[in-house]
Amino acid sequence: MTTLAPEPPAPAPLAVQQAARRPRPAWLGKLTPYWLVLPGWLWLAIFFVIPVVVMLSVSTMTGDIASGFKQTFRFSNYSDAWSAYHVQFVRSLVYGGIATGLCLLLGYPVAFWIAFRGGAHKSSLLFLILLPFFVSFVIRTQSWNFILSDNGMVVSRLRDWGWVGQNFHILQTPAAVIGGLTYNFIPFMILPIYVALERIDLSLLEAAADLYASRTLAFLRIVFPLSIPGVFAGVLLTFVPVSSDYVNASILGGSTGTTMIGNIIQTQYFTNLNYPAAAALSFILMAILLVGVFIYARLLGTDEVLEAATR
Amino acid sequence: MTATSTGVPVRRARRRYGRWVLPLWGWAVIAWLSLPIIVMIVFGFNDTTGKFNIRWQGFTLHWYRDLFDISDLTTALVNSIEIAAITTVAATILGTFLGVALGRYRFRGSGSVTLLLFANIAAPEVVLGAALLSMFLTLGVPRGFWTITIAHIMFSLSYVAVTVRARMAGMDQSLEEAGRDLGAGPVATFFRITLPGILPGVLSGALLAFALSIDDYIITSFNAGNTITFPLWVYGASRVGVPPQVNVMGTIIFLFGVLAAMTGAITSRRRRA
Repeated sequence: MTTLAPEPPAPAPLAVQQAARRPRPAWLGKLTPYWLVLPGWLWLAIFFVIPVVVMLSVSTMTGDIASGFKQTFRFSNYSDAWSAYHVQFVRSLVYGGIATGLCLLLGYPVAFWIAFRGGAHKSSLLFLILLPFFVSFVIRTQSWNFILSDNGMVVSRLRDWGWVGQNFHILQTPAAVIGGLTYNFIPFMILPIYVALERIDLSLLEAAADLYASRTLAFLRIVFPLSIPGVFAGVLLTFVPVSSDYVNASILGGSTGTTMIGNIIQTQYFTNLNYPAAAALSFILMAILLVGVFIYARLLGTDEVLEAATR
Repeated sequence: MTATSTGVPVRRARRRYGRWVLPLWGWAVIAWLSLPIIVMIVFGFNDTTGKFNIRWQGFTLHWYRDLFDISDLTTALVNSIEIAAITTVAATILGTFLGVALGRYRFRGSGSVTLLLFANIAAPEVVLGAALLSMFLTLGVPRGFWTITIAHIMFSLSYVAVTVRARMAGMDQSLEEAGRDLGAGPVATFFRITLPGILPGVLSGALLAFALSIDDYIITSFNAGNTITFPLWVYGASRVGVPPQVNVMGTIIFLFGVLAAMTGAITSRRRRA
């Protein structure tokens, strides 16, 4: 009895030993991703998701800055905001559409060139495309203001040469704003298209050539269809920031004729102090753009955009 | 017979045509992209006297000497650098954890976390800024240095997370298993195996966070209160004339950024090799 007594506890130290060598029990291991996700998730929840909800609630409030705003569920804030500023909404979407189209037209050949003719210099050429990002966005736009200003290097030259009338100007026109938007966001178009093109298996093109497809036909039937996910990602990555931008409109545009919805939202918050109207406008903008974004995400997934966004 | 004899020259001619059109197009776009940068750098050396730095008046270095003469501008630049530094550290830590979790583990809810990151990246900046301002206004939080920093961490951590996730996905998981088999705990595994493996991703994420933060205008303008950052100062000055010091600071930031990116590219290439 006494000799057998020490025996049963003997396996116990072994189990303890095994438990110690094992890093953690299985249920704790399952929780690891949640612990890792938690801090960043919380940050986004508190400073991104909740603010959007708060903004949604502010958008139906009434009152003024002096007496404070109260929740009255006044949904006509939305229709008021739309009828007062639909011109700027439509203008933002039109400018956004034109600038995105220009980015695509100008950018696709560049992406194609780098992907198929870049050779050993691919990353250097991409780096050149990304150079503007090393200069502050506001300075870049300001620099265009300076280049295109009435007594700047371009307009005064053109006037001196008599190519344009003496009252010709570029600044404060829709063309200046759209040009600035195209300039500032074209890298967001080039990168995802490049990524899609670069991934194309060159043997497909060889096969097409073997089957007597002309270069044009090979492009139309093989290269272009395979680059469509990149094109979509590029359109998304440019259209959203372009149509909600207001820096280009205020630095390169005029006082009224080129105002975009971002300018209105800014003015409502800081000049008119009409927070409900500003919130309603922001929400309409977000609804218009995000509906498009989420349809995109459902149809094509988020990988292309996320990958391109961080290159 | 006739088809081939006419087809060949046409095809060759088109190829020759394509040989110079594409590069010309590409270089023209690159030139257009660089024009404002060149103008910015050159006019930092302009010996201008008036407030408007528009016409070339001769070469000078004295804007480099008088770089910090405009005290508001210097304060703004210092604010920007401090905010960017804090943002980089915080966003890199939060984003790396997120990226590791998404890149390594399959777990319930990972899809919705990815969607949250996607929404954060895809949402218009005006809306991000306006929403955060709505919350700060509702809670009566005074806007300033810290609200800007909070906003910057919010919009840059998703970029870090996605960068790290991509790097994580390309990493060999068996290394971590080997480490665990050899008795390394989860913390040791992370710091001795996982982190060195994803370091290039973490560093490029950090660089991205710094660049996004120091450059941001729109979200900052909504949450700045009376605090002025470098982009805000330049924007304010754009109505009355931008002093050459701005060009000089822009040039220095540009060179710093280019150097950092090149160093990053070189080290990551060496690591991969």
